[in-house]
Amino acid sequence: MSDPAHAPHLQHHFETPQQQFDAGKLGIWLFLATEILLFGGLFCAYAIYRANHPEIFVYAHQFLNKYWGGTNTVILLCSSLTMAWAVRAAQLGERRLLIVLLSLTLLGAMGFLGIKYVEYKEKWEHGLLWGARYAPHVEGHGAEEPPLTKAPPPPAPAAAAPPGGFVVERSAIRPAAPGPEGTVIAAEEQEEHLEAAGIHRRPANVQIFFSIYFLMTGLHGIHVLIGMGAIVWILVRSIRGDFGPQYFTPVDFVGLYWHLVDLIWIFLFPLLYLIH
Amino acid sequence: MATAEGIVAGRKATLGDNYLTHTRGFLSWALTLDHKRIGIMYLVSILFAFLLGGLAALAVRTELIAPGPTIMGPDAYNKMFTLHGAAMVFLFIIPGIPAAIGNFVLPLMLGAKDVAFPRLNLTSYWLWVIGALCAIGAVVFGGVDTGWTFYTPYSTTTNTNVIATTMGAFILGFSSIFTGLNFIVTIHKLRPTGMTWFKMPLFLWSLYGTALIQVLATPVLGITLLLLIAERALGVGIFDPALGGDPVLYQHFFWFYSHPAVYIMILPAMGVISEVISVHSRKHIFGYKFVALSSIAIAAFGFLVWGHHMFTSGQSGMANAIFSALTFSVAIPSAIKVWNWLATLYKGNIQLNTPMLYGLMFLITFTIGGLTGLHLGALAIDVHVHDTYFVVAHFHYVMFGGAVVAFLAALHHWWPKMTGRMYDERLGRIGAALVFIGFNGTFFTQFVMGSHGMPRRYFDYTPQFTIYHQISTIMSYVMAAGFFLTAYYLIHSLFRGKRAPMNPWGGNSLEWHTPSPPPHDNFAETPSAEDPYDYSRIRRDPATGGYVSTSYEGAR
Repeated sequence: MSDPAHAPHLQHHFETPQQQFDAGKLGIWLFLATEILLFGGLFCAYAIYRANHPEIFVYAHQFLNKYWGGTNTVILLCSSLTMAWAVRAAQLGERRLLIVLLSLTLLGAMGFLGIKYVEYKEKWEHGLLWGARYAPHVEGHGAEEPPLTKAPPPPAPAAAAPPGGFVVERSAIRPAAPGPEGTVIAAEEQEEHLEAAGIHRRPANVQIFFSIYFLMTGLHGIHVLIGMGAIVWILVRSIRGDFGPQYFTPVDFVGLYWHLVDLIWIFLFPLLYLIH
Repeated sequence: MATAEGIVAGRKATLGDNYLTHTRGFLSWALTLDHKRIGIMYLVSILFAFLLGGLAALAVRTELIAPGPTIMGPDAYNKMFTLHGAAMVFLFIIPGIPAAIGNFVLPLMLGAKDVAFPRLNLTSYWLWVIGALCAIGAVVFGGVDTGWTFYTPYSTTTNTNVIATTMGAFILGFSSIFTGLNFIVTIHKLRPTGMTWFKMPLFLWSLYGTALIQVLATPVLGITLLLLIAERALGVGIFDPALGGDPVLYQHFFWFYSHPAVYIMILPAMGVISEVISVHSRKHIFGYKFVALSSIAIAAFGFLVWGHHMFTSGQSGMANAIFSALTFSVAIPSAIKVWNWLATLYKGNIQLNTPMLYGLMFLITFTIGGLTGLHLGALAIDVHVHDTYFVVAHFHYVMFGGAVVAFLAALHHWWPKMTGRMYDERLGRIGAALVFIGFNGTFFTQFVMGSHGMPRRYFDYTPQFTIYHQISTIMSYVMAAGFFLTAYYLIHSLFRGKRAPMNPWGGNSLEWHTPSPPPHDNFAETPSAEDPYDYSRIRRDPATGGYVSTSYEGAR
């Protein structure tokens, strides 16, 4: 170690580079904790709605393409590997390797967002959107359901298709009060009729799933974008030759952030795509 | 009396440069990384927010002086109390003691040169400014009428500026998180040699507990407000029953942050009181470890009681009972603190300086606020007084009688250190008396009318409540007079006040061992810590009117 008084990156209020590094490390870990709590709210919302309305989640997850999701998982895992390796390269002062690895990580992030774009576009085209914007193109495409990744509920025969294309199922929470007389009887009659025909029904309030899907993946996507910005920043600095065995703190901290972004996706993927 | 006449100056106070004169010009303040200047900028800013919120409160009280419309209509009234609540909670009380006083005092108490992340500290201040402008702008251009809680479904359907206000609160949340993160790291990593955890001044313990809550709870408020914005802007439907959502979920999310947030407001206040009571009664704090650990206990319990805001929201009876029991348990660490303060006062050499008057006021008003909290925590009573002025009075006894009174104690206690000037002690006492009388007159009547059934937030009321409202309004003017007097003598002291000595009150924590105002680097050489509440080696120094420590002076 060089004389701490002359260490170039030592700020005036720290006594040793080690103290500065430790303070930064604690800071970044606390920051990651706040990130987990930020997502925690959404995971909570997910848990509550899934516990109350499991049928919505089982039904709606079929509209997510698990192959795209799986590919993205692999891409993010690889980018985490290159990121961790980049931290190692920075510690060893291997500048060329550091630049290559950071570029690969950035490439992975772009690939992830590219696939995300394809997935969002597909949802957009079929009206599989959040809350108030949810308008699946069932009528628009005749009796066709949007493209599914696995054998969907068999398409309803034209004759049995209910008026408006919707059949309402009671959710796990019972409605507070009966609706107007005529409609209730009609809905029950239809339900019995469909059940007798062995037809799977679209549960009520499918839009809640897509709200949660877009909120969670959207917030995650924003974090990927921020992570890309941070990677570009350390890439520029590593091209400038700022990092070496004496000073690699920013690479280390961006790496930790990137692992968190990866980790959140590791939870999002099975929760949203792989539901039974 | 610490401010005896014939004061020349603290020996080093006027010699050499200090943080106020170190550099000059607007940018040297706006872009400063010095925690002391950032603390002062926070202080000035939050005092403006306090003025704004206070004027809104006076407008609300004036409107309620008689039944029916007096000076404004119902919509303006709704916007006024929303402005009052949002400005006071988000702009004044939450950043009040931690960001303004804490920023100034915390590194000094640690004998450090600065907080761990000075640039983050500056970012945090400017985020506060942006958030505040967002929120105040929303009020100026149209107003918000939801109250500071933004409950759905009203907040998603009203046509006022909810998005801009919640965006402001979201940004303020980030400011709060960064301050908390900074303080935790600073306390962990920048303690001087000899200062173990249990030798820290208690103010630092309370700031540490506060920072834990800021870091752990505020992100949840962040996501809640983002969801509210998404709900309004995009129609996400998470809180909208028409789209399968649940409006009560909003209340859970909101109170998961906002209940711990009331401890963000009260914990640093408790830390201030621990300092003030001990220093001004010239006696070692009683039960140091209990006072220190009760701060952490309050921070922990604070996360478990949010449901007591929702006893009447349709939550299950079992949940109500559990939340009620947990709420009662918060009283234990709070009571531990109060008893220890009382034991500290016992046989102490009590100096009735202005900070001490506010400290004693805190003991009275906070205890009333705390005990009425138990009324509200009890299920049967809460259903009766829910959403009445009883709740308003309880809340103000804790927030004003607790947090704001402690803020005033802190302001007067550290004012000589911050500005290097002494204020007029006689006016200070008169101001404290006016605030005490005005505050109790304003809010004690509200306990009475609340228990008689006067609902909160109502624009109008039946004639039976008139007398209570009139007493409350008139006493609020008395309180306002106390504040204007305080503003007068504090500003006056900046220009005409006597020079403050290094240690005007005889404290022994490290900030009293550097000149007033402190130099740019805080300490000439890094000090080593001793017991902050040991006054045995502190002696009056008639030459300066302050105190000196024989151990430190001997060492120099």
